[in-house]
Amino acid sequence: MKSSLISLTVGSAITLIAGAVSAGTLDTVKSKGFLQCGSNTSLAGFGQPDPQGNWKGLDVDFCRAVASAIFNDPTKVKFTPLAAKDRFTALQSGEIDALVRNTTWTLSRDTTLGAFFGAVNYYDGQGFLVRKSMNIKSALELNGATVCVQQGTTTELNLTDYFRANKITYKPVVFAGSDETLKAYDSGRCDAYTTDASGLYAERLKLTKPEDNAVLPEIISKEPLGPAVRQGDDQWANIIRWTHYAMVTAEEQGVTTANVDEMLKSTNPDIKRLLGTEGKFGEGLGLKNDWAYQIIKNVGNYGESFERNVGAGSQLKIARGQNGLWSKGGLQYAPPIR
Amino acid sequence: MAIAELEEKPRISPFYDPKIRAFVYQAAMIFLVGYGLYAAYTNAVTGLSKQGVVTSLGFWDSVAGFPISFRLIDFTELSSYGTAFWVGLINTVVVSVIGIFLATILGFIVGIARLSSNWLISKIAYWYVQIIRNIPLLIQLILIADLMHHLPGATEIKQNTSGIYLTNQGLFTPRPVFEAGSGLIFYAFLGGLVAFIGYYNWAKNRQIATGKQSPTGLVFLGLIVIFPIAVFFISGMPISLAYPVKTRFSFQGDATLQIEFVAALLGLVIYTAAFIAEVVRAGIMSVSKGQTEAASALGLTAGQNLRLVVVPQAFRVILPPLTNQYLNLTKNSSLASVIAFPELVQVFAGTVLNQTNQAIPVMGITMLVYLTISLITSFLMNAFNQRMALRER
Repeated sequence: MKSSLISLTVGSAITLIAGAVSAGTLDTVKSKGFLQCGSNTSLAGFGQPDPQGNWKGLDVDFCRAVASAIFNDPTKVKFTPLAAKDRFTALQSGEIDALVRNTTWTLSRDTTLGAFFGAVNYYDGQGFLVRKSMNIKSALELNGATVCVQQGTTTELNLTDYFRANKITYKPVVFAGSDETLKAYDSGRCDAYTTDASGLYAERLKLTKPEDNAVLPEIISKEPLGPAVRQGDDQWANIIRWTHYAMVTAEEQGVTTANVDEMLKSTNPDIKRLLGTEGKFGEGLGLKNDWAYQIIKNVGNYGESFERNVGAGSQLKIARGQNGLWSKGGLQYAPPIR
Repeated sequence: MAIAELEEKPRISPFYDPKIRAFVYQAAMIFLVGYGLYAAYTNAVTGLSKQGVVTSLGFWDSVAGFPISFRLIDFTELSSYGTAFWVGLINTVVVSVIGIFLATILGFIVGIARLSSNWLISKIAYWYVQIIRNIPLLIQLILIADLMHHLPGATEIKQNTSGIYLTNQGLFTPRPVFEAGSGLIFYAFLGGLVAFIGYYNWAKNRQIATGKQSPTGLVFLGLIVIFPIAVFFISGMPISLAYPVKTRFSFQGDATLQIEFVAALLGLVIYTAAFIAEVVRAGIMSVSKGQTEAASALGLTAGQNLRLVVVPQAFRVILPPLTNQYLNLTKNSSLASVIAFPELVQVFAGTVLNQTNQAIPVMGITMLVYLTISLITSFLMNAFNQRMALRER
């Protein structure tokens, strides 16, 4: 009888786990008291724990912003480090509440993976890293080269498309984790390493001799990276989407962590609506009216987060480029809060 | 008398009837297990469809869109996911079968070496077994792959006359190019083989009948090696060697032996051989010492004693646990996915699962494949075991 009891327990446990998915995510998050965020295992600038074990990065900041909006407390978030190939399963199964792991928004991910991408928090594109000693000036010279690539990414498919379109060949070496992939490149197994350009700059720092490696000029794909949630929970999708837009709006209006308290007295109607001193926009999201104030107070606006994690204030020193505000020639644009 | 006793037995209520009880318990058990599986499956499927994920095998014929470096059947990025499955499956089977073959040989050598009277040999075998079987296979695989990644790169190697290059991409060797007329050599080899088998049987029967021995070694050399070589020269050397041509990054074409394949194979063989060695040792120890003593009293040499007396008897003890080791090796081959060897788990349960996101069918098929391979292996080994079993009359 013991084993039948076990099977009954296991059966009902599975039912329970999958059953939990259907409840409203915001209520679930509120009742457990923290946000469970799917993050990168270790990608400098986007999501990785620092030597003290504190998670840092652009994606990590985003999770903290969501936690601030819900709980007024950026620390009420737990991170689940995920390999590329496990991330959507973790999202579907309800293991995580939001997937914020430099994940590319594609049509098939929207339609077949049951994922919903709310916004784009980083516009990226795929590039190549090669050793300077190989004397390669363009990705088109990579005919016959061995390329290290991470499994389960859009990268793997873009790579094939690029070589096929240019009628050149390559030999793939495919690893499940980004660290193994990079290590194989570093040890000389591969002639080139490919991932999103932002990742290339971050991963280059982990190589034994970063200065001996160069990023090729070609960007071979569009990689809009953004936070994803499960489909069918519009309230939750709105919170994720508007968290990003609040951060962008704050940058547009010049609201920063430092001046947000002063800005509460601002007479600018855009700022008043953003910070909740006019209208009840936060309540419409199922949050408090000062949700955006909490985000800016605790995490900062989009520009601050960008500069701190991947921009001039970080080791990566990535220029704003496409990720600048629309008003400054970039692609970051927030719909109005009204 | 007996009938009377039966009739006297008190009627028991069905509730206490052990037969009925057993039946009810077992039926309930089957129902619960079956229901648990059914509930888990339907629940997962409805849960997924609520999120807009439709569970189906519809992806099977779609274009995969990714290449695979190590393949024995034709596969390009335009092939289907179904073909990718076969590539992965074949790679798994190939690494397992070759692995089982080599692990058996190495395992027997080490197992016999452990029982050697030579102190050094037995100690080396002892430490081999103790070290290898106590370190997780995954760690050994990663270590072997990492060591191999540090072989010289293809670009650092200069072209040489032998045409053999060991690089961190693999071993490149000259390849045979079969021209018109090369079929003749193959038939010559086949003919030589058939002739040798005929000769061998004749020689064996003769030895049993008359006790006279015939030179098999020389005949083997003549029929199977020299005869085809002679045909090769007579037919005007229709097989030539294509030497690897250096390209900017590597050599033309794929490596003869790819580094990931070699690393996976080595890891599996070294690890499993340590266990097989212990199985072999146990088998040999189970043969009573009197057998060895009787054999040497009859004048058999140590080698003959091992080959003709000890090992055949030890086999009966060795076979069942050996089957276990074969199954372990096959299942452990899935660990090679970590070192980028494109076997079933890496290709199908890895990349294909990711691109299609059909976790339930893909993992189900993968599990079914390992189950099937394992059942076939144990069926073959059981059949062999039955042939070897002691016939009691």
